[in-house]
Amino acid sequence: MALPDALFYLFAFLTLLFGALVVANPFSRNPVTSAMFLVLTICAMAGLFVLLNAFFLAAVQILVYAGAVMVLFLFVIMLLDLKEEQRRKINLFGIVTGTGAVLGLGFLLTRTIWGGDLNQSANPRVIGDTKALGLELFTKGQFLLPFEIVSVLLLVAMVGVILLSKKELK
Amino acid sequence: MNVGLEHYLTVSAMLFCLGLLGVILRRNVLVIYMSLELMLNAANLALVAFSRFNENLTGQMMVFFVITVAAAEVAVGLALIVALYRKRQSAHVEDLTALKL
Amino acid sequence: MEPTLSPAGIAALTILLLPLAAAAVIAFCTQRDGERSANLSIGAIAISFILSLGLFFFTGDKAQEITFNWLSVGDLKVSFGLLLDPLSKLMLLVVTGVGLMIHIYSRGYLHGDRSFSRYFASLSLFTFSMLGIVLANNLFMMFVFWELVGVSSYLLIGFWFEKNSAADAAKKAFLTNRVGDFGFILGIILTWVALGSVNFAELASALDGKAFPFASLTEPLGKIAGGTHWWVVHPNVLATLVGLLLFMGAMGKSAQFPLHVWLPDAMEGPTPVSALIHAATMVAAGVFMLCRIFFILDIPGSHALEIIAWIGGFTALLAALMALQQNDIKRILAYSTLSQLGYMVMAVGLHAPGPAMFHLTTHAAFKALLFLGAGSVIYACHHEQNIWKMGGLREAMPTTWRTFQWGTLALCGVWPFAGFFSKDAILAAALEHQNIPLFVLGVFIAGLTTFYMSRLVLVAFCGNARSEEASHAHESPNVMIWPLKILAVPTLLAGAWGIDAYIGKAFPGGHQPHNEGFWQNLFSPFNHNILAAGFGLLAVVAGYQLARALYVNAASDPLPDKIGVLAKLARDRFYFDELYEWFISVTQETLAKVADWFDRWVIAGLLVRGTHGTTELFGRALRLVQTGSLQTYAFLFAAGVVLVLAWQLLQTHAH
Repeated sequence: MALPDALFYLFAFLTLLFGALVVANPFSRNPVTSAMFLVLTICAMAGLFVLLNAFFLAAVQILVYAGAVMVLFLFVIMLLDLKEEQRRKINLFGIVTGTGAVLGLGFLLTRTIWGGDLNQSANPRVIGDTKALGLELFTKGQFLLPFEIVSVLLLVAMVGVILLSKKELK
Repeated sequence: MNVGLEHYLTVSAMLFCLGLLGVILRRNVLVIYMSLELMLNAANLALVAFSRFNENLTGQMMVFFVITVAAAEVAVGLALIVALYRKRQSAHVEDLTALKL
Repeated sequence: MEPTLSPAGIAALTILLLPLAAAAVIAFCTQRDGERSANLSIGAIAISFILSLGLFFFTGDKAQEITFNWLSVGDLKVSFGLLLDPLSKLMLLVVTGVGLMIHIYSRGYLHGDRSFSRYFASLSLFTFSMLGIVLANNLFMMFVFWELVGVSSYLLIGFWFEKNSAADAAKKAFLTNRVGDFGFILGIILTWVALGSVNFAELASALDGKAFPFASLTEPLGKIAGGTHWWVVHPNVLATLVGLLLFMGAMGKSAQFPLHVWLPDAMEGPTPVSALIHAATMVAAGVFMLCRIFFILDIPGSHALEIIAWIGGFTALLAALMALQQNDIKRILAYSTLSQLGYMVMAVGLHAPGPAMFHLTTHAAFKALLFLGAGSVIYACHHEQNIWKMGGLREAMPTTWRTFQWGTLALCGVWPFAGFFSKDAILAAALEHQNIPLFVLGVFIAGLTTFYMSRLVLVAFCGNARSEEASHAHESPNVMIWPLKILAVPTLLAGAWGIDAYIGKAFPGGHQPHNEGFWQNLFSPFNHNILAAGFGLLAVVAGYQLARALYVNAASDPLPDKIGVLAKLARDRFYFDELYEWFISVTQETLAKVADWFDRWVIAGLLVRGTHGTTELFGRALRLVQTGSLQTYAFLFAAGVVLVLAWQLLQTHAH
């Protein structure tokens, strides 16, 4: 098998494994472990991005997601000092129906994907280097305005966070 | 076997389902939120895959924005969770049923 | 459309419209002035009478028609028209002549009444309606005036509506009439559907003695029923059905069994009203109508006439039996009217419309006379109507007594009074048709008639006064006496005036009597059919003797002791009223119960409380969805997405 394909299978397996471990860790119900595994998932996904020729995005993924978002998550977990999730009554009915719904969804999606009707080019040119991305973002296309607005959004988010996490004034 | 679009999309779908499972089954609010992030990532993967195999940079653009907005969203969401924890002293989702009729 | 109006046409229109004009003027202008109202009304009918005389003597025997197009809807063309033939001209004379007498008489009888003007307005309206029936040239117009007559009679019977019994009687009359009218309109519709017209002349020429035109009926019925073959009905059955439905109208108006119950109650109205409506004109409208449509009843193969004859005979018998034990003078006369109407209907049923109309004419004269005489008696005895509280009036009121006596003799059928000739004609028709049962019935009823009329006369007029009022009775004022005297003339002589010959011209095809001059006519019944005349007179003698034996100088009625329960049955009118009342109350209660159940269970229960319950149920069910738990919502969200996706994706996949 060619190297890219082998790498794909590797990274795909890792992504799914770590994703599963985020959701259902059989050894510990500590939210910290879930956060850690989420970081690993993100890194594996970055690998997948590289395989898809989206180098910039891979870098951004690691920097922003793994570096900033997950750190924030861990901060909050530590702040709230969450312990292990206590065991409460197991709702069997809920588990069964939930799993059933999700499995159904999975089945549907897989069936559609492998239905053979995806609109794709025969031999696609490989694009996606950073320079093209930059050009697309700033000059061509319609992404300049959203870009600016997103920066305002970030500002708004910041203000919101500060307001929301203020302690009640006595 | 040549790895094609379908393979990437399958991975994306699986990841999405895992995230959904987490949202539905886990009781800790933060773990639920993390599963939500997982779903977002799955969507990102699908977008990039489409972008790669359809010679279109729009997908990657969208992922760019998704990551940004997700970051903002995480910040705000965590702030909310902190505020909620302060009120209820619990991060267990079964204790947060004030909307019950 | 401009109708060409001959002098006869103008006269006919005037006759018809003048009473209506009088009624309108009285209603709108002269309500306060009683005298003027009375004069208007009397004047109108007097002019109508004179014009009727003119029409009778100066126009030929051929039928004339004057028409105005009134209603044209699709295939239905209804015209408003006047038909002048011997039948209608004779009837015009009867209505206007007797009516005139009664108008004049009413002036005296109702003197001082509070609603004097209203009375004369109603009377004029009635005259207009009745003349409309007489002059109508098509069934539809006749029906319109038929209903008008019903309304007028309601107004007149219930004239003293402050009395509950009068108001009830008026309602009873109207409602019973309506039942008959229902059959009538069905018959008219059926006639129109079958024969394509409601005009009498057109109908007569369409039938012309042929069997019922079957083909022309299945075609329209076929169109209604989509051409299914089970609509095919035997033409004889159809002809009989049409005849009987039309007869139902006559049943209502002329009070034949089983719709006879309204006539005795209608005596609640003032006595002149009873005379006009229930002796001379309105009830005769039914017989008149039967004679008009005789050619429809007479279709070969139709059995309508046989049934009609028996109904008439039965009514006559029933009424005569009921009259035997009544004690109210007006009731006795009312039942006597019923009985004579039965005779007339029986005559029509015996294929003898000529004798029926003859009897109708003579009956109008002498029955009006009898009623007006009774009114005179009631007036003199200060509105006492029980015959057992009268007596000795023979000496106290000689003119009334004399005319009443003549009227009785005419009613019983004593030669040479008018009643003898007309009754004899009917009995002769029975014999000629070889209908022995009906002949025997007719003779028996003649005997009964004599019996109860003699009872009336012996108790009310002869012997000694039985009460205070009777002993102080004196003759009535002139305005009431003169009509009695005038009516006595046709009561005596009308038999020999050749009315039967005149009316025979309207019914070509039957036995045609000849007008041989006055003195010949007096004896012609004996030449014509000695059996009928003989038996008739025999019955009269028998009835009189029996009555004399029982009632001369009787202090009270001896009959109940002798025949016990039969007398009670007769007095209580064979409990028909009670039967109808029970039937109607049962129907009403059942309907009310059904409506109540429906209202309680379906409308209030199912619809109102059901809606309430369903909404509540749904509300409660939906409330369970709102758990407040985030994960439930998330799950439901996911499940919904799965479902929608499944539907969409699998659908497109299937394509």
